[in-house]
Amino acid sequence: MHLAEAVLSGNRLALARLLTQVENGTPEGVAALDFLFPFTGKAHLIGITGAPGTGKSSLVNQLARAFRHLKNGASERRVAVVAVDPSSPFTGGALLGDRVRMRDLAGDAGVFIRSMASRGALGGLARATASVVQVLDAAGYDVIMVETVGVGQSEVDIARLAYTTLVVEAPGLGDDIQASKAGILEIADILVVNKADQAGADNTERSLRAMLEMAYPSKGYRGHHGVRSGEEAAADMSQMPAWVPPVMRTVALDASGIEELAQAILQHGEYLRATGEWQRREYVRLKNELDDLLRAALMARWQSGVRDDDYRSVLEQLCARQISPYQAVARLLEFGIQAGGANDKL
Amino acid sequence: MTYILILITNFHSKYLFYMDVRYNVLQKRFSKTELYMPEKKIRVLIAKPGLDGHDRGAKVVARALRDAGMEVIYTGLRQTPEMIAEAALQEDVDAVGLSILSGAHMALVPRVIELLKANGQENVMVFVGGIIPETDVPPLIEAGVKAVYGPGTPTSRCVEDIQKAVLGEVVA
Repeated sequence: MHLAEAVLSGNRLALARLLTQVENGTPEGVAALDFLFPFTGKAHLIGITGAPGTGKSSLVNQLARAFRHLKNGASERRVAVVAVDPSSPFTGGALLGDRVRMRDLAGDAGVFIRSMASRGALGGLARATASVVQVLDAAGYDVIMVETVGVGQSEVDIARLAYTTLVVEAPGLGDDIQASKAGILEIADILVVNKADQAGADNTERSLRAMLEMAYPSKGYRGHHGVRSGEEAAADMSQMPAWVPPVMRTVALDASGIEELAQAILQHGEYLRATGEWQRREYVRLKNELDDLLRAALMARWQSGVRDDDYRSVLEQLCARQISPYQAVARLLEFGIQAGGANDKL
Repeated sequence: MTYILILITNFHSKYLFYMDVRYNVLQKRFSKTELYMPEKKIRVLIAKPGLDGHDRGAKVVARALRDAGMEVIYTGLRQTPEMIAEAALQEDVDAVGLSILSGAHMALVPRVIELLKANGQENVMVFVGGIIPETDVPPLIEAGVKAVYGPGTPTSRCVEDIQKAVLGEVVA
């Protein structure tokens, strides 16, 4: 438990080591999570997602700097970043390169960056990302940015984890039909057109606005009356009963549009708190986590109950087409339940 | 009669052998895909301290370590010893690889090791790659470097050294 206590007292090495324990799912890591959980729930969790190469890491770099400068009353914000990159499906290895874009944050003791490999999970995050975020939350980081792997159209786990989800687009990645498809764009609380200095940025912004107009038709959304600044859009939104995702233009390389984006994120946080949506999202997040853990625990219990020989014989009957997959499942569940029941009595 | 028996035993043992192979495959699938198994991964920081911009070697090593199943954090070019030590701390790495081709290794490498120690990471394995004159290798080892890899080193040697240093064994 001494690691968890050291984390609460602000020891950075203890924090780094505990994150490893939690990521590896060791008993010590799990026990520390139990101990730290009452201290969580204070941080603003921000998700940053989008296709590979849209500039997520550079944007996180700039946003972290902006949050460090934007004071929260008198106190400054401490910022943590969890950057997820994919693991190789063949070797399990990973090249985690998000830090390359975050070199401006080096030397600031109020910023903590942790790279994570996805380790086979397919939703854009690693399985342990939620737990890692909890530890950083307990350690007192006010803003925690979670950068997903570069995603395609349907890796939407981040929306279940974060209070505010940014979907980052860049010019040249598709037309308005792409923008109308289900999935990634639907989870956005804020849409970001990064690399806005490049050709085609206007088209990208236009198709995103057109998509929003279809999604929020009754709100009198006036996105087609020329380009509005992000700040204007965000201010506009806060007076509306429903949050309509603003479309914000940024250039992460020279930090233009970043201040406005950071403000919009904070405004979204205020909106969530004012409307009770914050609690609802927390409820959904914890319910999801509970369900995931329950599934894993039931699986583990069933697995300890079923004998390898039984599993093998059922699998062979299945391969010989003597029984159907559903029948195989029914049979295996019986084994698991019988044996599990016997274990419970012991 | 005996002949038949031998045949049967023969067949039987062969069958058992095949079953065994299949069983192993099943076992692997069974545990790997069905249930999230906690696993320890070797984490390595690959950094380029100093001012030279030649990062091909660092990228080749990073890729080789990735292919050996390790999680490699690459920091990019022009890092100060302070930035490297800070990254090693936050990422809780098992090893730090420094690639230097500028000739400043005698100034930069001991400084990185000093900072790692100051942060409580004296157990982190430090290795160096790049253009290092032979005469500089002994003092670097003296300063706490585990190994120095010059041009032409097979990447497998680097992989094996790290596995040995971190796990105490080489994983084939």
